[in-house]
Amino acid sequence: MVEVKDLTKCYGNIKAVDNISFTVETGEVLGFLGPNGAGKSTTMNMITGYISSTSGTVTVDGSEILEDPKNTKAKIGYLPEIPPLYIDMTVRKYLEFMFDLKKVKLPKKEHIDEVMRLVRITEQADRIVIDLSKGYRQRVGFAQALLGNPPVLILDEPTVGLDPKQIIEIRKLIKSLGKKHTVIFSSHVLSEISATCDRIIVISEGKIVADAKTDELSTSVSGEHKLALEVEGASSDIISAIKKIPAVMRVSKQRDTGENKAKYMVDYETDVDVRRDVFNAMARVGCPILDMKSGDKTLEDMFLELTATDQRSKSGNGGAM
Amino acid sequence: MSAILKRELSSYFNSAIAYVVMAVYFFFSGYFFYIICIQNNSASLSYVYSNMFVILLFIIPIITMKTFAEEKRQKTDQALLTAPASLTEIVFGKFLGAFVLYAICCCIFLVYSVVISFFTTPDWAVILCTFLGILLLGAALIAINVFISVLTESVIIAAVAGMGVGLVIYMMSTFTSVIPVDWIATVLDKIDFVNYYTNFTYGLLNVTDIVFFLSVTGLFLFFTVRVLEKRRWS
Repeated sequence: MVEVKDLTKCYGNIKAVDNISFTVETGEVLGFLGPNGAGKSTTMNMITGYISSTSGTVTVDGSEILEDPKNTKAKIGYLPEIPPLYIDMTVRKYLEFMFDLKKVKLPKKEHIDEVMRLVRITEQADRIVIDLSKGYRQRVGFAQALLGNPPVLILDEPTVGLDPKQIIEIRKLIKSLGKKHTVIFSSHVLSEISATCDRIIVISEGKIVADAKTDELSTSVSGEHKLALEVEGASSDIISAIKKIPAVMRVSKQRDTGENKAKYMVDYETDVDVRRDVFNAMARVGCPILDMKSGDKTLEDMFLELTATDQRSKSGNGGAM
Repeated sequence: MSAILKRELSSYFNSAIAYVVMAVYFFFSGYFFYIICIQNNSASLSYVYSNMFVILLFIIPIITMKTFAEEKRQKTDQALLTAPASLTEIVFGKFLGAFVLYAICCCIFLVYSVVISFFTTPDWAVILCTFLGILLLGAALIAINVFISVLTESVIIAAVAGMGVGLVIYMMSTFTSVIPVDWIATVLDKIDFVNYYTNFTYGLLNVTDIVFFLSVTGLFLFFTVRVLEKRRWS
């Protein structure tokens, strides 16, 4: 549905976006993740045709954004980081204006009513935008992106500045929209992306550093699983018993948690579930397991690791440049 | 384009801008009309029209200052530029919005003409010619000021710069007299708005004058489109 190919944007000597490529299938919800200033907004602005790329192409449903801007733009609903609202208009007047601007062919009143119902701003229809709270403004921004039912929705940090309740509502909305639209949305909040997206692209310093299905991402980065244990008994016995399990790669004592009790971290190969083996091994040496949980890297760890690796390699190359 | 035109007009008339501009325009044109026509028992609006030039220099930047500067500051330009509308459409819609407000202001002259018609038979050909002149002059000044607005993010700078440029245009003849280089003086004389406009106020309808103002309008609207285009590429 959306195909981004070798997209690059330079501002003078600075490469804000550096040769990124990805495709988004119809009906997919893609999360665009990266620290502030990573190039998320720049990429989105290029996809929507707000700014042009230095090189590379963006194809939406077969039409290229710079070659056929009118048709391509008609297929995209865009919610920029700051909702582009005219603060002197009422919500309904604003949506009517956007409806006309986008040259939507649907029945005007019904369609606007439907969109307002969807984002739940029907009661706010006759209020002036300047009087609306941040949460409502965000929803009005959402509503304008939805006008004309564009097949592709691009949402730039749609939950920034909202309170937790509003964030949950917006997430639900994105999820429900994902059933009918192809959605690309950006955020620097991981939990949000993992809660809503099918697939995540991590971007750092203008480059894609990871592209994977949400549930595969943490394993694809680390390549192994971890198990966190709290066991009672002599450390040497415990460690040697666990080491005997074939799939275990490493085991290390983290810290003592009390008299004769300690926490351990077990690294084991992917695709193998070692929990039963660990239980049996501990039972054999007579050391009761007090606590066992999956110690997989959280997305936060993974994210920090990905962006940090990037910086490390960059400083490593620094001398050569 | 009609969407943008509608939005521009509603923005003028929902805020105080349209009313303040109209009040100022009506006050000064009314004052000039009273002094020149009523007190002197004159049926000629020529001087009223030529005096209005100075007032336009202050009014038009106020009408146009928001056109693009405000959009950029509020980031609403993102909605315009990502909508399936061409830049020409956007620029022309904005221009037309400002021009319609200006034209409404100018309609007061038709009222003055009707007032004159109670006392004597006015020369309608002359009246329509001068009316066309003030519309064309306004269109050119609006295009220049829309262009200034697209260059900045601040409405204040847009307004002040617009007034400055307007005064330079108004005082062009004084510059031409002090410039020793002949060809520059000739060029400046050729682009002196006052020369072209004065012909209209006398009731002279020259093709040259019409083409001049239309070209200036077209040129600056074209520049505006180019600036928007360039911004995307930089």
